[in-house]
Parts: sequence; C-alpha cells; structure tokens
Amino acid sequence: MSIPVALTINGRRHALVLDDPRVTLLDLLRERLDLTGTKKGCDRGQCGACTVLLDGRRVNACLALAVSHDGADIVTIEGLAESCGLEPGQLHPVQSAFIDHDAFQCGFCTPGQIMSAVGLLREARSDPNLDDDPERVRELMSGNLCRCGAYLGITEAILDASARLRDAGAEA
Amino acid sequence: MNRFDYVRAASVAEAVAAWVPGASFLAGGTNLLDLMKGDIVRPSRLIDITRIPGLDSIEPLADGGLRIGALVRNSDLARDRHVSGTYPALAEALLSGASGQLRNAATTAGNAMQRTRCAYFYDPASACNKRDPGAGCDARGGDTRLHAVLGWSAHCIATNPSDFCVPLAALDAVVEIAGRSGTREVALEAFHTLPGDHPETETVLEEGEMILAVRLPPEAAGFAAHSRYLKVRERTSYAFAVVSAAASLRLAQGRIAEARLALGGVAAKPWRAREAERLLIGRLPDAAAWTECAAAALSGAHPSGDNDFKIDLARRLVATAFARAAAGTPDRLPALPASPFAVPVVSSGVHAFA
Ligand SMILES: Cc1cc2nc3c(=O)[nH]c(=O)nc-3n(C[C@H](O)[C@H](O)[C@H](O)COP(=O)(O)OP(=O)(O)OC[C@H]3O[C@@H](n4cnc5c(N)ncnc54)[C@H](O)[C@@H]3O)c2cc1C
Ligand code: SF4
Ligand code: FES
Ligand code: FES
Repeated sequence: MSIPVALTINGRRHALVLDDPRVTLLDLLRERLDLTGTKKGCDRGQCGACTVLLDGRRVNACLALAVSHDGADIVTIEGLAESCGLEPGQLHPVQSAFIDHDAFQCGFCTPGQIMSAVGLLREARSDPNLDDDPERVRELMSGNLCRCGAYLGITEAILDASARLRDAGAEA
Repeated sequence: MNRFDYVRAASVAEAVAAWVPGASFLAGGTNLLDLMKGDIVRPSRLIDITRIPGLDSIEPLADGGLRIGALVRNSDLARDRHVSGTYPALAEALLSGASGQLRNAATTAGNAMQRTRCAYFYDPASACNKRDPGAGCDARGGDTRLHAVLGWSAHCIATNPSDFCVPLAALDAVVEIAGRSGTREVALEAFHTLPGDHPETETVLEEGEMILAVRLPPEAAGFAAHSRYLKVRERTSYAFAVVSAAASLRLAQGRIAEARLALGGVAAKPWRAREAERLLIGRLPDAAAWTECAAAALSGAHPSGDNDFKIDLARRLVATAFARAAAGTPDRLPALPASPFAVPVVSSGVHAFA
C-alpha cells in the first residue's frame, strides 16, 4: 500500500509516501523526518510530551494518524520561533520564560510543555483574567506531566510569558 | 496495532457505504487509536469521517434548540459563547474531561461513543465479557472503584466514562443517526444500553450506522441560571469520574418549577434520575429537598464489589450539586471546572460563564 501524505511542517512542504496507514504523526516526525524535539513519553495520550500545534491548535501527536491529517500545517518545537516570524537562533517568548524561571530539570517534557503553553496562550486570548490566575494555568496544563516536578517554574514561566506578550501587544 | 485499510469518506453516504463488518469510523482518534495500540480492538477498516463537510457546526435552531454536529471538537463546543451561556453544565462537563490537547481533537460523536475505562477491559490478559463475550469478568472481585452501582449485571459491572453525556442526558438530548436505509433519532437517555446478558453491546447503533449530530430541545435553555456539573476524581484534574452529577433547576417564585438530574461514573450509561427529579417539583430549594432527592436517585443502587462507598458519595454529590445549582450558575467558569472542593464562586444570578 502506498499512501501519499502532504504536510507543511515548520513552514516547509513535505510530500511523503507512507507504506502503512498505522504511522502516527509522532512517529512520522521522529522516525521519518528526524524532528526528535517532539518526545514520545507514553504513546497513549496521557503525558503530553508529544504535543505539537496542528493547524494552530495543541494536540497529542501520538494519538493522531498521519494519513488522517493529510494537508495539515504542523509546528513543532524546532520551528516554533520561526513560525512566529523570529530569526533562526532567536527564542520564542515562552522558551525564554522557561529558561528565566528554571521551568525544567531533565528537559524531557519541556518541548511538549512549551508547545502546550503556546497553544494555551492562544486559546486564552479571549480570557482576560488568565494572566492573574495560576490555578487556571495549572488546570489547563494538566495534560502535560513532568516527572521532575518542575511545575512551579512551568506555571510561573507561562504567567510571565503571557504578561510579556500582553504588554508587547503580541500574540503567542 | 493491527493492519487495516484506510478509507477517507467525502460524504455521509460514502461513509456508510464504505462500512463492512469489522470496520470503525475514525474521528479524533483519541479513544480508538489508544484501544488499537493496546490490541483491545482490531478494526479491519478505518473509515475516516473527519473530511465530511457540514458535520462540524454548532447551529442554534429556530425552535430555540441547538444542533451540535458529530465532528464539533469538545474544546470548540465548550468555549462557544452561546453554549457556555445557555448550557453551562455542558461546558463545565466538557472542560472537566481529559486535557486541553485531547479536547482539541475529541469530537461530539467520538465522546459519546468512547469505551469504558474498566482496567480489565484495557488489559488483554484479563477475562472480559465486553472484549470477548463469554470469557468472564475479572473486574468482579477486583478493583472496583470506577465500577457500577446502578444497572450492572453479573456479566459486566463497567461504567460509561463520558462527562459530556451526563448533562446531555439531563437536558433530554437527542442523537441523530444515519445508516444505509436513511436517518433516525434516539433520545440520548436510550442511546447507551445496560449490560444485561450482552455487555459487548453498548449503544443502540446498528452495525454501519453513524452519528450525525446531537440535538438539544428548546426546553434545555430554561436551566441556564441554575446549572452545575460536579465530578469527584482521584485527583483534582485530568482524571475520569469516580462519581459525577449534572444538576439543573428552574426556579419560580422561590420554588422549584423543574429539576434535572443525571449521574456519571455509576452505570454503563449516563444515569438519568427522573423520579428523583419529580420529588423536587413545587418544593423550596433547601437542604431537606436535596437530601430526599439524592436518596431517591440512589434508591436502586447496589455495590458491584468493594465499592459501596460510591453510593453514599453519589448521594452527597447530588445534594451538593443541587445546592450549588440553586445558588446560581457562576458568572465565570470555575478555575477548576466541576471540582466539588473549589472555593464557592460568585454568581450574580444572571448566569453566563461569559
Ligand atoms: C488520557 C485521557 C484522558 C481522558 N479523560 C477523559 C475524561 O476525564 N472525561 C471524558 O469524558 N473523556 C475523557 N477521555 C476520553 C475522550 O473524551 C475521548 O477519547 C474522546 O471524546 C473521543 O473522541 P474522538 O473524536 O477522539 O473519538 P475516536 O477515538 O475517533 O472514536 C471513538 C469511538 O467513536 C466512534 N465514532 C466516532 N465518530 C463516530 C460517529 N460519527 N458515528 C459513530 N461512531 C463514531 C469510533 O468508531 C470509535 O469507536 C480521555 C482520553 C484520554 C486519552
Ligand atoms: S466489568 Fe465489563 S468491561 Fe470490565 S472486565 Fe468485566 S466484562 Fe469487561
Ligand atoms: S506520548 Fe503522546 S501523550 Fe504521551
Ligand atoms: S523536566 Fe524532567 S520531566 Fe519535566
């Protein structure tokens, strides 16, 4: 079986041919395109390590079949900053905030946390009180687990990035 | 995961025509792919319905009802201003389920069709009548915290895990179904079936039929000012319900004009408690009324194992849910949706989660 799948990943078009419909978006990114920033934790939708932006929305790449998303636009941690118009080498404000707030230890969950945080900040555009409310941030980040327990820094980083973006009148 | 053929349907007609025995419809994939990875289900064909146009809209109807397309994502439904303002318990239930990422993928129909979270069903090494009819049920005598206390049978004690379906049952939602021989409608309350002798059957969907939409009748909009969904979990967030309750009231001249109650986590279907609702009509909205209603709602309950605590827990949750509903739908969705432990939230009596 050969199944054509066209995807835009981090701004680049990829015309791929799959020999098996079972390939998940996660395996496609990691095994086929060598984009290993997106992590495989549980492979069952429980940990959030595989979070990517699919047509601008955060989803778990491990529970998405690549064929079902033919034509989609995907942003991973590798292309996050550039997808927001930053120069290569520059960091996205959420990435900088994670560094400033020591929001990781081993770093395994971090790409998923950051992609999820960016998705959350976009979803929260219509929620003016989000910035002041760590409880809401924790709740809306509950799909991202951190074995190192860096949650305190993660929450602070997201609140800080949110405030910085708002002050700059910018979007996540 | 087994091999399967992949068929992408461009229309409802194509999707139902593509169905063969052993096939499954694929929507968000968040339950189906998980079950396939665990070798719990092995569909021979996946019919991808996500490209079918027209199934992803939320339409307020001329009669005052609402039609929710099968492909509307759970997050889009919960954050729709009309939905959260008019059916606040529905939004609260959706946002208390799964995670932000999962809700962005999960669909209306997929949520209603999700399979039980019985750990023995999920473990191919355990005997399970639902997975393998006639094999037995290893949940009996096992860990039964998430298992049923109402409507179970000797063959299966599993519960339906959906949060979304609980307020849907309370609000008299209707499921629109399409098959090869046309379309039909079934009340959501009658859509999921009790296990009886056939726990492998979970809904009234016939082979090859698919869900087109879920519809709310005009009356469902009458509870906006006094509705809550509460959910007791093993941890504050990102967990299935041990017990949940959707409670809605319509108050007139300080008395209860109409009440709606459905329970989650207690049976193989969202459990509508109609007799308990009737006891509230004409009464003052006070603690005595809630206690009586809660007792009636659980009057037929029996533990299915070491889970008799759930019966008392459900009674208390029903009473708390009605007390919170009577106090008024919060002005804003609570920071911890559906948490019974959250600090009381402000209600100006106008409802709205705006
Ligand atoms: C880690 C985790 C935590 C979760 N926590 C919760 C929770 O707390 N509360 C909760 O309610 N849910 C929870 N869920 C379940 C989640 O809500 C479901 O997985 C989701 O709603 C399924 O929708 P989907 O579109 O992804 O369905 P799919 O996975 O695509 O399909 C599920 C089933 O529905 C069938 N189906 C899909 N569309 C149709 C249709 N139109 N007609 C007929 N059949 C159809 C499929 O064939 C399949 O059998 C959780 C899931 C995960 C992975
Ligand atoms: S309770 Fe039902 S789903 Fe769970 S093991 Fe028994 S038969 Fe299977
Ligand atoms: S790897 Fe996808 S959620 Fe864990
Ligand atoms: S930093 Fe180690 S898992 Fe989160």
